Amino acid sequence: MAASSTDAAVAVTRLGLGARPGEIAQVAADPRGWALAQIRPQGAPQPTGTFQTTDQRMTAFLAYQAQNRQGDRSDPEATRAARQAARRAITDDTSQAFLARARHGATTDQGFAERWALFWANALTVSAVKFDSGAFVDSYEREAIRPNVFGRFQDLVVAAEQHPAMLLYLDQARSTGPGSQAGARRKVGLNENLAREMLELHTVGADAGYTQADVTELARALTGWSIPRPQDAQSQGAFVFRANVHEPGPRTVMGRTYPATGRAAGKDQGEAILRDLARHPATARRLSHRIAAHFVADAPPPSLVARLETAWTRSDGDLGQVARALVEAPETWAAPPSKIKTPYEFVVSTHRALGVPPERLAPLRETLVAMGQPPFAPPSPEGWPDTAADWAGPDALVKRLNWARSAAVTGRTGDIVATANDTLGDRLSERTRLAVARAESRAEALTLLLMSPEFQRR
Amino acid sequence: MTHPVLNRRALLGASAAGIGLAFAGRVAAQSRGPANKLVVVIARGAMDGLSVTIPYGDPNYMPLRGGLALPAPGETDGALVLGEGFGLHPALTGLHALHGRNQLRFAPAVALPVRIRSHFEAQDVLENGGETLSRLDDGWLNRALVSAGGTRLRGLSIGAQTPLILRGDAPVSSWAPGGRVRGGDRIASLLQDLYVDDPMLGQNLARGLATEALVAMDGPGETIRRNDVQALGRATAKLMTGPEGADIVAVSLDGWDTHAGQRGQLQTRLTGLDQLIAGLEAGLGDQWAQTVVVVATEFGRTARANGTQGTDHGTGSSLLLAGGALKPGGPLGDWPTLADNRLFEGRDLAPTLDIRSVFKGVLRDHLGLDRAALDAGVFPDSGAEAPALTGLV
Repeated sequence: MAASSTDAAVAVTRLGLGARPGEIAQVAADPRGWALAQIRPQGAPQPTGTFQTTDQRMTAFLAYQAQNRQGDRSDPEATRAARQAARRAITDDTSQAFLARARHGATTDQGFAERWALFWANALTVSAVKFDSGAFVDSYEREAIRPNVFGRFQDLVVAAEQHPAMLLYLDQARSTGPGSQAGARRKVGLNENLAREMLELHTVGADAGYTQADVTELARALTGWSIPRPQDAQSQGAFVFRANVHEPGPRTVMGRTYPATGRAAGKDQGEAILRDLARHPATARRLSHRIAAHFVADAPPPSLVARLETAWTRSDGDLGQVARALVEAPETWAAPPSKIKTPYEFVVSTHRALGVPPERLAPLRETLVAMGQPPFAPPSPEGWPDTAADWAGPDALVKRLNWARSAAVTGRTGDIVATANDTLGDRLSERTRLAVARAESRAEALTLLLMSPEFQRR
Repeated sequence: MTHPVLNRRALLGASAAGIGLAFAGRVAAQSRGPANKLVVVIARGAMDGLSVTIPYGDPNYMPLRGGLALPAPGETDGALVLGEGFGLHPALTGLHALHGRNQLRFAPAVALPVRIRSHFEAQDVLENGGETLSRLDDGWLNRALVSAGGTRLRGLSIGAQTPLILRGDAPVSSWAPGGRVRGGDRIASLLQDLYVDDPMLGQNLARGLATEALVAMDGPGETIRRNDVQALGRATAKLMTGPEGADIVAVSLDGWDTHAGQRGQLQTRLTGLDQLIAGLEAGLGDQWAQTVVVVATEFGRTARANGTQGTDHGTGSSLLLAGGALKPGGPLGDWPTLADNRLFEGRDLAPTLDIRSVFKGVLRDHLGLDRAALDAGVFPDSGAEAPALTGLV
């Protein structure tokens, strides 16, 4: 079963988050079946732990906003303390959720489902670089992303765009139609940020031939997509459609006209456009390329991209079918391991190799910040970058070496060469095996293993 | 209040072609060209030029900007006078002091050669120096290093990742605060053995360790608190001085995409920019006199305020030059005015100057790059469209 044991090492490192002790041996019987069994209509598994739902978080967020507005002028110290407490009520929970997600990554036996979920969270990026969207980044992943990653792409993208994390991140929540009831009364207007990124980054892509007029039309259609205000009833959920700020009238986007849907149903106009964008051939092409480039190679084989695109188109964007096509494609297994792990993948795969999940948030956060991937905080709506050139620069490698050294000190006992075999299976090179065997200490051996080309790449 | 954060998006040149083991083995006596220094600061997210070099003398500025307009000089929090009807944003006090010493120039209406409103495509063009949206995968600063002879000048980027502008065939290093590893020890040499067949990892780790050693040379140095941009500027300057110092440095500042609540955000970002340059000036000491700092962004923002006290993606923006090497002079390029019929596509500040002309003028007159190389190699096919500006340094 030599071929299968190489495939097992490829499966858990390329499609998963790295091997836990003994995992390669378990997967070796059927590496493809291991990945295929993780494709389930209910989506990717959730990290363990109890966290606020989006609706609960909205309550905390509105309390924070109210606290920011009120304040007792006679007692600035008390006001500051109250604001901080309201903020902490949110950030403590999101921080624990990040730790829980990393622990899930370090322990799950469904590494492919986890990687697939992280891929879609990044393709539809929200970020904690803004506090407001940061208040919802984790619940976004749990509620908008994970349940939908093996379903239809159009459902995933609608869930993502209507989540408060996205509405706040890309400034949609307050965008107002100039011709709407509210627009006529006050000097407020459009904000086209979400509309533009929806076209450019979430669906068809910048080279799909849309114009500034299409961006503006989509921005008009999206007016009304918002979140509750403090004075709103708590019962209506975290996504609110405000008919009084919706720009009336039909809209034309990329050559197709969408009739005015009437005041109450104005939300459906934007959703109809979004679903068409999600089903556009340019979306299938662009995201198929992005999947192949993430899982297999920075410049992926065109034949692999074509397979994914075919699976996407034939299934009308069924992401379970696309995931299946990725697992079944010969290119996925044959390509040399050229992808550099992201810092998060590197850290989580280290925890898996050592068989020890992360215990505390602070050191995890510190090391991810140093390597350039702070928790939940991608720098732009484009999401985390995804090439070797992005993650393996001079400074980044110094920071990886720092982390590897400190992780190596806490490594498990036992035969270090066995650990190397357990971690990389047939992907372990003779050169690395020898270096590990000849190291002068266990810590040195583990550092070499973690910094070896075959552990850094997948 | 948060300050601009170091950009994490950018890319690093990983070309493995023909690079020896970089800095570590360099012969100290090797001749180094002129000690002129260039720092390029990329303001990512589209910096609102109309709030940086404020055209308060233009009668259309106040009506177009409404609540986003900054007060004229003399009023509370008013613009800082630059002359010819322009003023600096009130947060830029350090830069305004430089202006008083003839160490600040500005171009009020520059743009890339292509009209695009996607951050990511526009940043690619800004950094790769292309004429169109080509897929050049190396950056113009790296090609400038190659053009200068490959090893005469040294390139460095600040941040965990090296931006596209410095990617390419010439070896460059990168540095960010927080390193503790000692270079040249046993692990480093064992790893070089492991990386025999992976030159990208081998060369990049060697360069990173060499830069870290440079930082450690005069003791542990100061600890840089997160968001202390001024300390980051001083630490950067330290890596530019001495015989192993970098000559060309790229720094990225994030957070300029001000679609909503623009005033407060810009106050914060511009304070950070001002502090970064103050830190560079302080850290460079005497070498400030031989330094040019360029501040550039991918495009400007809409001339009108949008519906959420912000601005959307536009076209023309401003570019700043600071440094002791600059010649005195007025604004670079014409002012198109903000008259309705002069706005680009009826919504944006119309550019009057190709941003490459400024870059080329600095590379030629400050770093001594050859004109033919600038027109053809560093900025491909730019000879006719974007001639180098003269008289900057």
